[in-house]
Amino acid sequence: MATSDMGDIQVAERALQHHFADMEQQRETSSFGMWMFLLTEIMFFGGLFCAYLVYRASYYHAFVEGSQKMNITLGATNTAVLICSSLTMALGVRAAQMGKRKLMVVLLLITIIFGFGFLGIKAVEYHEHWVNHEFPGPNFHFETGDPAHPATDAQHTEIYFSLYWAMTGLHALHMVIGIGLVAWLVIAGLMGAYTPHYYNPVENVGLYWHFVDLVWIYLFPMLYLISKKH
Amino acid sequence: MAERAEHNEETGSVGHIAPAKLYVAIWAVLMVLTLTTVLVSMVDIGPMNIVVALVIATIKGTLVVLFFMHLRYSPKLTMATVIAAVFWLFLLLSLTMTDYLTRAWSTYPGH
Repeated sequence: MATSDMGDIQVAERALQHHFADMEQQRETSSFGMWMFLLTEIMFFGGLFCAYLVYRASYYHAFVEGSQKMNITLGATNTAVLICSSLTMALGVRAAQMGKRKLMVVLLLITIIFGFGFLGIKAVEYHEHWVNHEFPGPNFHFETGDPAHPATDAQHTEIYFSLYWAMTGLHALHMVIGIGLVAWLVIAGLMGAYTPHYYNPVENVGLYWHFVDLVWIYLFPMLYLISKKH
Repeated sequence: MAERAEHNEETGSVGHIAPAKLYVAIWAVLMVLTLTTVLVSMVDIGPMNIVVALVIATIKGTLVVLFFMHLRYSPKLTMATVIAAVFWLFLLLSLTMTDYLTRAWSTYPGH
């Protein structure tokens, strides 16, 4: 026990960069830097949210038509999967804080499994949209269910699907990056890189993971639950 | 400084350690709210549908940010920055919409 404590303190001393007064200050600075990055991410996704708002306000009817093609069961399942992954991530960070290395690795591995689960379900949905010609471009085809709004609706529905693919695609890209980062934590964790004194990377990747969950929390109602005509 | 994360006596860890039960409770609330938002979307309450959906999403988002992302235990500087980001997003969305939603006004007769 005593030798392990000594080891931890040595890791902590090595982890303290010379321009910080102590581990506490270093941790707060690192976490603040991560938050600053996430704020730029908010504006990054914000541009797409803004485009969505403009076109939804202009072509509400077409957006309702497009959203009828969404699989709400799969969308809701994926929301649940992400919330579960956020729980295991939060508990993983907690395990790192408490110095429970094995528990942290197990929880992070479960987080990765949830992440792949999300991407798998998303791939099933993407495939469905792809074979139904619901991908914007020369092969886009949309049969409007409402004869009152014929040709223009199909055209405007393409805008809905452009936004759907762009927003969920950017989100999925963030998931892929997130899984890579968590995998890196697992490897570094197994090598004993983190201690209760130094776990900044675990905390920051956790912040990133929760942020990606947060984006989906908004994407799900905005893209899937536009109107009750299911 | 009160807002600085305290040094944990037990583990010697830097930063606040929230109880595992709290995380599980937040998870349960998030799952219930997800189910709620799906069920509410099945009921037609007109323009209130989107309002309810966004309110639920915002409650969920706030829980994630406050607890999973530890904002509740973070320095005031972090809180101020997050509030600034939400405000900036609000500016982006609201100023854009004041443009798009009022463009048709000038085409009304007499203008």
